[in-house]
Amino acid sequence: MNDAPMLELRDITRRFEKKLDFAGRIAQRLGAPVREEIVHAVDRVNLTVRKGEVVGLVGESGCGKSTLGRMVAGILPPTEGTILRDGSDIKALTGAEARQMKLRTQMIFQDPYASLNPRMRVQDIVGEAPRVHGLLDGAAFDDYVDEQMRRAGLDPGFKRRYPHQFSGGQRQRIGIARALAVKPDFIVCDEAVAALDVSIQAQILNLFMRLRKELDLTYLFISHDLGVVEHLSDRVVIMYLGRVVEEADTETVFRRPNHPYTRSLLDSVPRIENRKRAFSVVKGEIPSPLNPPPGCHFHPRCPLAMERCRVEVPKLREIAPGQRSACHLNDQ
Amino acid sequence: MTAPTLEVRDLQTHFFTRAGVVKAVDGVSFSVGRGKVMGLVGESGSGKSVTGFSIIGLVDPPGRIAGGSILFQGRDLAKLSEEEMRDLRGNRIAMIFQDPMMTLNPVLRIDTQMIETVKAHKKVSTEEARQRARDTLGMVGIPSPDERLKAYPHQFSGGMRQRVAIAIALLHEPQLIVADEPTTALDVTIQGQILAEVQKLCATTGTSMIWITHDLSVVAGLADDIAVMYAGRIVEKGAVSEVLDKPLHPYTHGLIGSVPSRNKRGEALRQIPGMTPSLLNLPPGCAFRARCPRASESCLAEPVMAEILPGREARCIHPHLDASEAA
Repeated sequence: MNDAPMLELRDITRRFEKKLDFAGRIAQRLGAPVREEIVHAVDRVNLTVRKGEVVGLVGESGCGKSTLGRMVAGILPPTEGTILRDGSDIKALTGAEARQMKLRTQMIFQDPYASLNPRMRVQDIVGEAPRVHGLLDGAAFDDYVDEQMRRAGLDPGFKRRYPHQFSGGQRQRIGIARALAVKPDFIVCDEAVAALDVSIQAQILNLFMRLRKELDLTYLFISHDLGVVEHLSDRVVIMYLGRVVEEADTETVFRRPNHPYTRSLLDSVPRIENRKRAFSVVKGEIPSPLNPPPGCHFHPRCPLAMERCRVEVPKLREIAPGQRSACHLNDQ
Repeated sequence: MTAPTLEVRDLQTHFFTRAGVVKAVDGVSFSVGRGKVMGLVGESGSGKSVTGFSIIGLVDPPGRIAGGSILFQGRDLAKLSEEEMRDLRGNRIAMIFQDPMMTLNPVLRIDTQMIETVKAHKKVSTEEARQRARDTLGMVGIPSPDERLKAYPHQFSGGMRQRVAIAIALLHEPQLIVADEPTTALDVTIQGQILAEVQKLCATTGTSMIWITHDLSVVAGLADDIAVMYAGRIVEKGAVSEVLDKPLHPYTHGLIGSVPSRNKRGEALRQIPGMTPSLLNLPPGCAFRARCPRASESCLAEPVMAEILPGREARCIHPHLDASEAA
């Protein structure tokens, strides 16, 4: 059992369907060209996260990275596919076991204000879940909350305050304290530092790294910011329109990217080391996930696209030890 | 040496609220040369956007420009009447906002909005105005501008909308564009496209630009000069390469250390402790004092902006001068 990866996703798919309303159904009966709209937010994704790893999940808007994160955290059920946690299918678990498993994965959200109940005091935000789940009894409550707050870098003296009395960075710390209060071993961070100022962002990133060491945590770190992901992750997964296009350890992704999308993404990122230079340009826009292009999703924007890319979906396969990429060019 | 397109001297924009006077911009001075891009960098609440709004005359009550001058081609914008300002705005000076929907009216077609803008400042026929609108859309890289003119804003993607907003700003070939975080809401590949477009435009038309952002990496690639703001004041300014390689002010130093970059992978980031102070009751002396590792007793006196190295100004009495301490 111990060899099983902490998290394994097998062919995870999530579709969002918009059902036709009454008028739409009648119009369809009468032969009007209306169809139900289906968004393939996540399309057959396989992903493995080992214990103690930080996996960065990168992509632009609409690539499905947040949907994937929500499925991992158990907030959203997948349409198809299985999620294995420590080798056991989480759908097969029931009762106390399922609850236990759910607690072990926690999520930290982008907007620290929208994810905190404005009418609850910090002590209740942090302490409610462990109390409900029976992790502590009444007498230990105060000490437990103090400890959680201190660990996230908050002064326990503020525990009777409300979220609006805190700054953005402190609110994010409350979100972190709340997530860690139920003693999880796996944390999904969805754009957890995107809304913060640079100097505050650095504080929170340092906190994440400290907590990882202290509590032996595993992270799935979702971000659009390649600089942050490069800084924090051991391994990076790149998504484009619902599919994983490349996956490798951080060093490899940033030094020897294989997929044309990864390469153009890296070229587009402004870096503080690059001065007064011509910005390189990927042509075109991100297509709508409602109507993705056939074949390889990236082919309309790809400088190296061939005939085959228009018809056949490239498979994600190993091209070097530890590096997987989904591109037909690797077959040549 | 020609006169700069814009020269801001000791600008003070204050907000007179019930709780007290908020000095959002307190004694800001800088200048932008012809065809140059000036990066105005700071965190939220540093006064960078209010500086931009002051230049274009869009500060709403309870805020007003309480002092200083904004010299644009020899005229002081701070002293112009609303009528005179309206004549300049959108004509010689234009602004690009973070959210393009602040520029675009959602219920009007793009052509209506662009033709209206052209005719507001120029006596031309509708046909000529449409031609101008079409050409400008093409210039910012919008494919098939003829058809796109007939579309409504909601039919465009975020990146395309921002291009339309930029096109509207360019309609009258302004001498100065104030861009307030125009690419912050966009995806990286789209941001790259817009930045490339802007670079090309500044180089070909000689338009000067003030690029307001919190993102040091964007400024690094785009701007010629940089001014770093903190708590309503400029704390450091100079050429981009100089400031980013050898920051003088401890705040700039800390800010650069906070940016994750490839040289620092896996290490703890150099963080700035504490948070930005409230502008409502700023303590006397240097505003950064409480967060500064180099602060001393003498920082209780307000430091002045001084030329510390040739061409390099900073507002600090303990600047980082030693090369070995460089970021």
